[in-house]
Order: sequence, then structure tokens, then C-alpha cells
Amino acid sequence: METNKFIRQLTVFVENQPGRLADIIGILSEGEIDIRALSVADTTDFGILRLIVNHPNQAERELSAAGYTVNQTEVLGIGIDDQPGGLHVALEALKEANISVEYMYAFVSRKVGTAFVIIRVADNAAARELLQSKGVRILNGEEL
Amino acid sequence: MGKTYDKMETASLDEIQAYQLDGLQKTVKHIYEHVPFYRSKLDDLGILPEDIHSLDDIQKLPFTYKQDLRDTYPFGMFAVPKKQVARIHASSGTTGKPVVSGYTQNDLDMWGRCCARAITAAGGSAADSIHISYGYGLFTGGLGLHEGARILGATCIPVSSGNTQRQVRILQDFGSDILACTPSYAAYIGETVRELGIDPHTLPLRAGIFGAEPWTEEMRHEIEELLDIKAYDIYGLTEVMGPGVSYECEEQHGMHVNEDYFFVEVIDPATGRQLPEGEQGELVFTSLRKEAFPIIRYRTRDLCRLSRRPCSCGRNFIRMEKPQGRTDDMLIIRGVNVFPSEVESVLMQFDNIAPVYQIIVDRVGALDTLEILIEMKEGFAFDVVRAVEAQERKITAALQSTLQISPKVRLVSPKTIKRSEGKAVRVIDNRKLYK
Repeated sequence: METNKFIRQLTVFVENQPGRLADIIGILSEGEIDIRALSVADTTDFGILRLIVNHPNQAERELSAAGYTVNQTEVLGIGIDDQPGGLHVALEALKEANISVEYMYAFVSRKVGTAFVIIRVADNAAARELLQSKGVRILNGEEL
Repeated sequence: MGKTYDKMETASLDEIQAYQLDGLQKTVKHIYEHVPFYRSKLDDLGILPEDIHSLDDIQKLPFTYKQDLRDTYPFGMFAVPKKQVARIHASSGTTGKPVVSGYTQNDLDMWGRCCARAITAAGGSAADSIHISYGYGLFTGGLGLHEGARILGATCIPVSSGNTQRQVRILQDFGSDILACTPSYAAYIGETVRELGIDPHTLPLRAGIFGAEPWTEEMRHEIEELLDIKAYDIYGLTEVMGPGVSYECEEQHGMHVNEDYFFVEVIDPATGRQLPEGEQGELVFTSLRKEAFPIIRYRTRDLCRLSRRPCSCGRNFIRMEKPQGRTDDMLIIRGVNVFPSEVESVLMQFDNIAPVYQIIVDRVGALDTLEILIEMKEGFAFDVVRAVEAQERKITAALQSTLQISPKVRLVSPKTIKRSEGKAVRVIDNRKLYK
């Protein structure tokens, strides 16, 4: 099974200080890195910035060089029709299989009528197999 | 049984004590004749040097406090004319006026012997290269160990502290056998070795002699793993001499006090009474052979126990346990006594955090707050908020059960807490209680 079926997400640990987000996005912009999707989780003390970009390795290098703590995590991307109920099939399947979703975020694709959803679960391979069996379209990195 | 540097270390207790009494009598005479500060103290107590007949008589002598050394700044405690002083060292003076310490050439040789014993006890010999990353300068760490390497006849590499990548290059290129620095700097050097992608097994380095700041057994294991070495403790203080007042042997069960040069007591800090062997109290040192800056019954503020139990290394010098904490280091937070060493012990039990932390104490309204910043290790899967928070909760619970108060624990990014190249700043107390 080819691992490029998973999507590489960059995760940046951000201590809560004014200007941090602007700084990070600025670094990516200077490196001419295209941000495909982004989500921020925040607590009172820190934030976690999750990014899908076109050149994850380059982005990781440049952010690390600027002193940021960056990880790459493999996440699952699914494509669904942009209409009511599209996401429900996928989540219902995960629920029935007792696979819990750590976090997820969605964005609309450039292709009209399709939405992309990024899902983080403990076991990517199992979730992928399950979703595929339910007819959910699994995305690879290039499609984003 | 390991090698010792000289025969004094394995002399019988009778021999050691006879030598100590001779040293004590000479020292009391020396200070009475040459240090006005001590002369007036002894006169006030009605004691003459001739009144010292036994080692027990040391209890007749007054204590010396850090404040006395500050009051006589800079040279008021020196017992020889300035022209006989071969070198001067001083403490950093972060908590007040610095303490100034002087050494004659004989004093430097004695200091060197003390440190040569420490290097030998750590498995070093004249054939080894001693890499010294303590700061050189007024601080006693660098030049103290330097004297030890010189007296031992080893190859001395006086790197001093700082420029950590260069430290690693020298470890590699010069093939250092033994590293001497503060434990926090050793951990930093170890981290840097790993960061540069160097396998520590490929370095010839086999032992480290670390001191000048409090550290825990857990930190020892962390450093031993990072650098693939055996880590030895060394104890000392500028007021008494510098590093090498006591040192660890291969048994690593307490540090042997260089008893031919220093008389050690443990006292009840409240009453000043000497405590029997094995009881915990404040460490007190008297120098027995120093010429330039002799010191009588110096109150170290370090809490610890002594043990006369025979040691498998063959040394008969009394052992002091690792000081549990300096009474000056103890924090009183919401009325609870907290030693930074207790915090470190708890933190080192967790695998996915780095051995780098900071304790921040503040006061909000009338309530003390205790916040502990800890670095995550590289590779910590922090993309899930719950994982970060669960880790913080686990650490908080472990700290609370040890400290009896609940700290606020905050995980921070790797490499964000400032690394120290000398003594680490572990505690930041923003309460300003004394201002």
C-alpha cells in the first residue's frame, strides 16, 4: 500500500504571544509556499497551527530555521460532494467502527462542488480501509 | 577497589584525626595572629589558640557566616600579606557583595591535590585528557579543576564555557577523556552532540565531573545517557576553597570529604549544636591547611548527612551525601517548603520531556503562584491538543503529590528555555518579598 495516500500535515506549536501567527504565515509567504488548508486549535497557553501546504519539507525547514517547533503528521483527507449529508456517511462509518476523531477541519476545493475534509485518527490505515469500503473518496497529496 | 591519588585517602581514622588536630591547632593560631576579625571574636569568647586540645574543642570556636565575608570585603579575611597571595577568586555576588577568596602558592597546590583526587576517583589518570568547560575567571570552577589536571599530570584542555558546538568539535577532534563542567551545561553539550547527529558512543569521552550547582540522581542518569559516560559529583564552594572540597568515587554513594584539609561538621541550624553522624543538618567546614584565606566553621546553608561507614573504594575519608538543598535555595510557597531539587526529581521521571525546566514563582494578590515551564522533547506528537494537556495534567499530579502544592505546568517548545553555559537559572522568583 502506498503511503502517499496519506496527506502530510505540518503542525506548528505556537506559544500564545501576539504576532506569532503573522510571523509564521510571513515566513511561508516569503518562501512562496502555498497554503492549501489551515486550522488553529488554541488553549489559554498555547496554540497549535495545522497546515497543509504544497511543499511540506521546505516549509518545515524554513519554519524550523526561524526557531519554530514543527512536526509532520500524516492525516487522512477525504473528498465529499459539497451538499448536505456528504460528511455524515464518513463520520457515521468511523463511529460504527469505534474510531474516534482527534480533530478535523474542512475546506472547499478549487473544483466546484467538492469539499475536502482532513481527519486525524489514531490509526490512519484502518480508517482509510474502512472509508474506502464505504465508497468514500480518499485524497492523495497532489489532489489538494 | 579503584585507584586513589595518594595514601592520605586510605589512611586510618586515627592517622587522619591526628593530622586534622595538628591542622586545626595551627589554623587557630594562624587566624588569631593574623586575622583581626577572628582575633576579636576569640577574645570576646575568651578563647586562646592554646585552648584547642582535641578535635571536639572545635565546638568552642565561633561560626563564620557569609555576611562576615561580605562585611570584610574584599581582603579583610586574608591571613597573609598581599604579596604572598598568588591568586584571587570571587563568587559571582548575585545575591549581594561577592565573596573574595585568596590563595598562596601552597594553597593552590593543595587545591590541585584535592581536585587530582577527584579526577582519579572518576577513573582519570595522568594519561587522560581533561576537558574543562567550567568558566575560567574569578569563578573557581575552571581554574580549580585546571589545578587538579596540572597536579595529576594529565593533559589539560582549558576550553572554558560557551560556544557549545566548538565544545563538541573538541570532544571529537582532541579525544577528551573526561569532561568537567556544571551538570546543566553537560546536559546542553549532550543535547548538542545529538543535534549534530553524532553518536555519543563514537566519542572517547568516558566520564564527567560535574558540580557547582545542585542536581539530582535523575539528572545524572539523563546526562549519562546523553553522553554515554559515567557522571561523578564534585562539591565545593568559593568560601571554603572551590570545587574539590569533596568528591565522588566509583561507589557513587556520597562524596568523600578531603578530611586532611577540611574538618566537616553537621549542626542543627537552629541551635548550632553538632549533630551525630547520620543525622541531617547544616554542613559546616573548617579549613585545616589554608594559608591565605583560612576559614573557621563556615555555615554553608547546605543540608546534608555524613557517613563514616566503610566505602568499597577503600577511601577512609568521611562521606557527605548530595546536599538535599541549600537552605537559601528553598522556596516557601503558600507556606510550603519547596526545594527545586524535588521538582527536578519528579520531572526527570517523564520520558517525553527534556531535562530543561524553569520554576517561576510569583504573587497574585496575597496568593503565591508556582508555574513550571518544561520543554517537550523533539518529536513529541503535539498536534493533538488533548495529548499536550494530558501530559501537563500527569506532570501536575506527580508534582502535587511530591510537593504538596499544585503547580501550574506548561509545556513549551523544545529549545525555548535559555540554556546555561555555567550555573543554570532554574528559579525565577518574582515576588520581591525583600524589597
